[in-house]
Amino acid sequence: MITQAKWIKQYDENYVPVGDNVGIKATIDGTEMSVPLDPANRHYAEILRQVAAGELTIADAD
Amino acid sequence: MSKAAELAALIGSQTALSNRNLIINGAMQVAQRGTSFSSAANDTYVVDRFRGKRNGMDNLVYDLSQSSTSPDGFGNSIKLDVTTAETSSADNEYLKIDTKIEAQNVQHLKYGTSSAEQITMSFWVRSSTTGTYAIEMYTEDSNKQITNTYTVNSANTWEYKSVTFVGDTGGSINNDNGTGFLISWFLSVPSNYKTGDSTSWRTYNADGRGYGQTADVASTTGEFYITGVQLEVGETATPFEHRSYGDELARCQRYYQTILNATPLYNYRQTGNSVAKTFTYINEMRATPSFTLTRNSTIFGTVNTGAGTDGLEIFGASTTATALFIYQSGTDVSAAVTATVIGDAEL
Repeated sequence: MITQAKWIKQYDENYVPVGDNVGIKATIDGTEMSVPLDPANRHYAEILRQVAAGELTIADAD
Repeated sequence: MSKAAELAALIGSQTALSNRNLIINGAMQVAQRGTSFSSAANDTYVVDRFRGKRNGMDNLVYDLSQSSTSPDGFGNSIKLDVTTAETSSADNEYLKIDTKIEAQNVQHLKYGTSSAEQITMSFWVRSSTTGTYAIEMYTEDSNKQITNTYTVNSANTWEYKSVTFVGDTGGSINNDNGTGFLISWFLSVPSNYKTGDSTSWRTYNADGRGYGQTADVASTTGEFYITGVQLEVGETATPFEHRSYGDELARCQRYYQTILNATPLYNYRQTGNSVAKTFTYINEMRATPSFTLTRNSTIFGTVNTGAGTDGLEIFGASTTATALFIYQSGTDVSAAVTATVIGDAEL
């Protein structure tokens, strides 16, 4: 079960966000995981499915 | 028949004498996530590659474990122990154990052609619930299913079973790293999953997922064990192909691996507030994995625990390697932590 999702951005050496989103920080079955943007990854595929179904929103990166 | 003739017949009926088992970890040897899961959550991988899965069943409570109870010639099994039974099973509620096979590993079955191969599943089972159980084969790429059944005749007794499935001439399996087969051993099936005759390949319909099943493990407290799972080409089950623990572990690590295990990481920064370590995985993974990150301790220096996951973050991951950032704060120019990094690329 995916309960939270937030974009991960690339950061520079001072933790300043730069560039594009590079992953998703998600809480999956109660565990926080870093999910890559790989369609073959089952967690990313499930996030995409839930977003398309309106069941999940991915929050902006910090 | 002479021994030589028996051997010749065996060779003639099978495609391989080694590497014929399409199942990874069929002897339930490898359990990287742990060996015992009390009141197991849904989708718990009790041993590598094998998962306990339920849908609904709000009363049901069960433990999952890697058990040393096993038939002769095996050291382990999966044990599913129902501690609180389901009092009223509704439509669509089920309990099963399943495993998946990667699509590119089953291309020799020639699915989607007129030469599609028969396959035979064999395994050892022990259950406190006698009766008929269903096994479902599902091909994700063609969205098709077929079921077969086996019968547990004696309660709490190891029994050897084998079932054969005809090849699917009408549905192909992509040559890629996706799911080829989803194989489900149903332990409890709702009535609306038993009405559609799925004993030959057909387009998936939930009404046939557990066709023919009478046993219901979830309806009473009791135990279900399984081990020695083998899936092979042909209409005959051959003796289980034992592989070493190391061989099975390496196969499992394509899907799940502990990359760092409370491993010390020493870092020095010249400028800025973060440093990165790059490391390769133990084995190439099926897809870019999801990561679970844990900073076990800080050996020295100051970690910015408000950044990333408790001061750690993954960047630039691939199927073979990744970078791990460690966010620092303050004026220290060096820091050291111990970290655990787990990669999950399950199907």
